Amino acid sequence: MKLQRKNMLRASALGALVVSGALVLTACGSDDNTGTGGNASGKPSAAAGDIKCDGAKGKLLASGSSAQKNAVDLWVKNYMAACSGVEVNYKSSSSGEGIVAFNQGSVAFAGSDSALKPEQVEESKKTCTGGQAINLPMVGGPIAIGYNLSGVDKLNLDAATIANIFNDKIKKWDDEAIKKLNPGVALPSTAIQHFHRSEDSGTTENLGKYLKAAAPDAWPHEAAKKWPAPGGLGASGSSGVATQVKQVDGAIGYFELSYATAQNIKTVDLNTGAPAPVKASADSASKAIAAAKITGTGSDLALKLDYTTKAEGAYPIVLVTYEVVCDKGNKAETLPTVKSFLGYTASDAGQKLLSEHGYAPIPAEINGKVREVVNSLS
Amino acid sequence: MATTTRTPTDMPPPVSASGKTAGRAGDAVFSGLSKGSGILLLVIMASIAVFLTYRAAIALSQNEGNFLTTFDWNASANPPVFGIAVLLFGTVVSSVIAMAIAVPIAVGIALFISHYAPRKLAAPLGYVVDLLAAVPSIIYGIWGALFLVPQLAGLNLWLDEYLGWTYVFDKSQPGVARSLFTVGILLAIMILPIVTSVSREVFLQVPRMNEEAALALGATRWEVIRMAVLPFGRSGVISASMLGLGRALGETMAVATVLSPSFLISGHLLDPGGGTFAQNIAAKFDEANEFGRDALIASGLVLFLLTLLVNGAARMIIARRKEYSGANA
Repeated sequence: MKLQRKNMLRASALGALVVSGALVLTACGSDDNTGTGGNASGKPSAAAGDIKCDGAKGKLLASGSSAQKNAVDLWVKNYMAACSGVEVNYKSSSSGEGIVAFNQGSVAFAGSDSALKPEQVEESKKTCTGGQAINLPMVGGPIAIGYNLSGVDKLNLDAATIANIFNDKIKKWDDEAIKKLNPGVALPSTAIQHFHRSEDSGTTENLGKYLKAAAPDAWPHEAAKKWPAPGGLGASGSSGVATQVKQVDGAIGYFELSYATAQNIKTVDLNTGAPAPVKASADSASKAIAAAKITGTGSDLALKLDYTTKAEGAYPIVLVTYEVVCDKGNKAETLPTVKSFLGYTASDAGQKLLSEHGYAPIPAEINGKVREVVNSLS
Repeated sequence: MATTTRTPTDMPPPVSASGKTAGRAGDAVFSGLSKGSGILLLVIMASIAVFLTYRAAIALSQNEGNFLTTFDWNASANPPVFGIAVLLFGTVVSSVIAMAIAVPIAVGIALFISHYAPRKLAAPLGYVVDLLAAVPSIIYGIWGALFLVPQLAGLNLWLDEYLGWTYVFDKSQPGVARSLFTVGILLAIMILPIVTSVSREVFLQVPRMNEEAALALGATRWEVIRMAVLPFGRSGVISASMLGLGRALGETMAVATVLSPSFLISGHLLDPGGGTFAQNIAAKFDEANEFGRDALIASGLVLFLLTLLVNGAARMIIARRKEYSGANA
């Protein structure tokens, strides 16, 4: 019986672990992947000019997606260096947990790697007196398709082929479909072992959204946090998937780009229909986000990404994390701090910091609207 | 023999519990404290049970699938569909594999330490075994995923080739050994120390006179163990195994790190797939919405009941063999 209690504790300890595993998400480009984001040290003063501390004071609590954890950490560090007496605390857990905490009114803003669902917006009206929760796109990042195939250093795939691989339809690396996309490459007949996240994850959901949009015939599954396809192997956390891909010859998997760079895993170039296959990078991800349309109404800036974009150099498997705040009815004591902090994250300096650390900045047009909304928060 | 060893430990409590003998304040305080601890434990247990039942009831009332037979876990979806069949199967199978491997080895180690090893070797060996228990389960998990899984590829091929006809060891899917079988092996290593050290203590308590009597009858060392040590220690070994089983049933981190979960029941133990209660809770908890968490708690309740059942069964076995009872009368 006592054991049972221990198990529950362990379960939550695991939560903490999964989170800490995910801390290392998209930041720290090619250098270390240890997750503190501390390698930006010595720079805070450079950005301080763009930080306006007007009225910011006290403690600002936030919680949510671990995908943007490193970006937020960098921002927080610079921000707190510039505005004395303010403490920003972003608890990196998961999008789901962040939104629950936001709707209960225990955090001032939440980070989420998917836009809010209608029922979540409905629920937020209780917390946001006179207003409701809105999505502000703040951080972008490419999801890389990493593979491990001895003798093959460059691999082009398109959405349908990726879908068929992850759907267990294509079982060998020398399948006709792969050969066709890679003329002149000597593909071995190694069996494909595809890896996915064994726990529910926003990365899975965002890859699912891409496959569903770009290859609806090959990928019939609805995008969800739970891996929907049969077969394949699960591993826990992006780091778990990356480690497996690194270890197993013939493996393919998906994770944020920084994991591929950190472990030297080769990534698939995406054949989007553009003149040349596109490599996953912060730059190419930003170009794809630029093709997105804002579907939110009013001050809500939820994006609909154009997954079928054929723009040159645009890599459409991307993940956009939103900051979730109330448009009206923010708590009076935290409102100035929220406006000041999000004002900084959306500023040129704040966004520039992203690209320096492997994240994709939000394109200027959308970012401009984010700034307007942040200014109008009340 | 057993009765004489037990009397001294059993007698004192009634005297002090009555509280009237000496009338000292210390007695009253101590009896109050120990009574309080006992009651506290019951209160904690009861509140856990109430909490689990309450949250589980919410989840079960809205489940669109059959909780016992659905092969899926989509609790955060709308409408929610989830069932524990796969988890129950995986939990039981991985624990049974673990027990089948760990208990014989643990008994062997315990006998070696208590009866065979020279004293100089016995103490450090016992210490090393206990040390195994101090390794955090996440370390076992990482070790399992990075080292054990690749190493087992060869064993899997061998089992598939020579024992594939048994169906159980037929590897029908390609892929690395992130299977229930591997999890069972890992769990076996994890429960080894607890089973070993409890068994060892029990074997050390075998009355010397029993052993000497057997020796006097001309028994060899193996015969002494068979006739005197093992019968005396049997119930102790059973309860040691139950402690180990409890850990195996509820192990979370190591399983979550090593297993490649899927919601399918397969008798092919070498194929990746399956899942356990604790592993599933760990994998789903982070991104679950509130209802999804209730559903996970419902599965936790089933694990709770399973553990209760197993413990109850163990108690019954021990009670039936009370006459031999060594360590836990």
